[in-house]
Amino acid sequence: MNKNDALLAYALRLGDNALILGQRMVELVAAYPELEEELANANFALDYIGQARMFYAYAGELEGKGRDEDDLALLRDENEYRNLLLIEQPNGHFGDSIAKLVLFEAFYLRQLEELVHCADKRIAEIAARAEKEIRYHLRHNTQWLIRLGDGTEESHARAQEAVDNLWRFTGEMFAADEVDNVFENEFDGPDLYRIREQWRETVAAVLEEATLAMPEDAWMASGGKAGRHSEHLGYMIAEMQYLQRAHPGASW
Amino acid sequence: MYTQGLDQKDKSAPKREQLETPEQLEAFQARIDAEEKIEAKDWMPEAYRRTLIRQISQHAHSEIIGMQPEGNWLTRAPTLKRKAILLAKIQDEAGHGLYLYSAGETLGVSRDQMVAGLLSGKAKYSSIFNYPTLTWADIGAIGWLVDGAAIMNQIPLCRCSYGPYARAMVRICKEESFHQRQGFDILRVLCAGTAGQKAMAQDALNRWWWPSLMMFGPNDADSKHSAQSMAWKIKRFSNDELRQKFVDVTVPQAEFLGLQVPDDDLVFDQESGHYRFGEIDWQEFIEVIKGNGPCNRQRLGKRRKAHDDGEWVREAARAYGEKQAAKAAA
Amino acid sequence: MSNKEWPLYEVFIRSKSGLSHRHAGSIHAADDQMALDHARDTYTRRSEGVSIWVVRSSQIVASDPAESAAFFEPAEDKIYRHPTFYEIPEGVENL
Repeated sequence: MNKNDALLAYALRLGDNALILGQRMVELVAAYPELEEELANANFALDYIGQARMFYAYAGELEGKGRDEDDLALLRDENEYRNLLLIEQPNGHFGDSIAKLVLFEAFYLRQLEELVHCADKRIAEIAARAEKEIRYHLRHNTQWLIRLGDGTEESHARAQEAVDNLWRFTGEMFAADEVDNVFENEFDGPDLYRIREQWRETVAAVLEEATLAMPEDAWMASGGKAGRHSEHLGYMIAEMQYLQRAHPGASW
Repeated sequence: MYTQGLDQKDKSAPKREQLETPEQLEAFQARIDAEEKIEAKDWMPEAYRRTLIRQISQHAHSEIIGMQPEGNWLTRAPTLKRKAILLAKIQDEAGHGLYLYSAGETLGVSRDQMVAGLLSGKAKYSSIFNYPTLTWADIGAIGWLVDGAAIMNQIPLCRCSYGPYARAMVRICKEESFHQRQGFDILRVLCAGTAGQKAMAQDALNRWWWPSLMMFGPNDADSKHSAQSMAWKIKRFSNDELRQKFVDVTVPQAEFLGLQVPDDDLVFDQESGHYRFGEIDWQEFIEVIKGNGPCNRQRLGKRRKAHDDGEWVREAARAYGEKQAAKAAA
Repeated sequence: MSNKEWPLYEVFIRSKSGLSHRHAGSIHAADDQMALDHARDTYTRRSEGVSIWVVRSSQIVASDPAESAAFFEPAEDKIYRHPTFYEIPEGVENL
């Protein structure tokens, strides 16, 4: 894989992670446990949609085929999305969403911190903006995981179950493939091995404060980064793309 | 408007009212007449307080329920930009519900009590949100017509005699200024688009026009409690005045879009400078208020489910907060 | 199981450096940190602030409007506290 292909693939992955997670959060609008959390999560979803737009716009330029953010976001087939499996998991209950966000954002924040110093100027610029947003998300969501873990018996059990269920999707974040490796070598990109160590430290500390047990690393699911997704993604994409597909070429 | 149910009579006659002296009531009215703002801890007639609680909580409920019809298209928004704009708008509605509940709380009623009124079906919210959003053009129509109608009512509320409500409305009006424009912009693009898109826009106007006119509430002749609200300067214009103003500004906008307002009786009256329009189907209005609109059960059902599903979460946070407070005190 | 709502907090926002914090509204939160987050997400969505204070509403001590005559009117006749009370002779500057 050459340098330019890796850069394009990397930008698309970042865009896909942001879009698919943002879309999952959008599904929850008007269903949060309290009004104030409704506002918080709309802010978070807006951050993700904004990040997706920036990464896609850049990916479209890199590709040079005239595709814009919406062509990339809304007119690709399911197996062309390269987001992590963790991101596309259905929302479940509030504890599932919080656990998912903490596990992902503890990784994503480290990834962005490293991308701020990468050799590609545009990626570094977008990462600098996103990093501030995700730092706040992670803090907010971490506190929620602690509240749930150390709240009532019921919330503790639900939070533990959520972490246990999602754990098998965390390995994919650190499983470097060709895109990761070329991007790391050619653009001074993130060292996933080091990020994994930092991630484990962060997550272990949060779980401890939340009085939750850290699951054992067992079998890890993967495939999202290669376009092999769970059944869940197809439905989400069908819904998301509906108008673009039903009215080809129309402006909105 | 968002508080149509207000025109019903308040049946409870609390004892506190009997203790109010004519001197107190007179002094209170003098403050109102002098355009003084009433603040939370000031003396106020019990009926004034209860009218405000009802109006403010209905207004808040309307914002909260109003998130649903628009939220219905959030996952299917046609572009990422439209998705972000729509989400920001729906978020504002959550925020506006929150500001309004806060204003209500200054009157000695808790948010929980107000929400309980909504969930039990006792408290009302605007009839308009019981209509379904069937196409993307409906999102445009809501912004243009529903927010447009709401603004007519909300701008005078910024001068309402009750300080906390007036201040909440100032903030709300400032933030809502983009809501109507984004709706019009959606329709403008659709009307300039394919034949299918334009038909979608016309269909949306056909379905949303009359319900939008109903938002202003019954005709003045049938709106018995308006007079007291006007005297207290909670309300500053009558239902019919606001409805007329809305029609006058909206019809030319429809013409600009190249859309046909679905009213055969609509005609511009040169002499008065106003549009004359057809009779509203008041039977439909009454049915929707009574709970028989297309989506009443669905909207309330979704709100109840969100509330019930969230109970363990709110409870966990309470328990954690109490533990933290106990630790800090130790 | 206790079923009561999260405590109410009052929110004060400094809109930019150099200005005082000003009352923006209120929010509910289960703890102080949550209160700060909620204040941020509710009242600074349009970059309205650079600093936030939150305080439990129950902790605010307020004057009683029924006693406002005794409380505030005595200040009204002390007009000598205001600079406009004094006459400045023609020709005197920098005073």
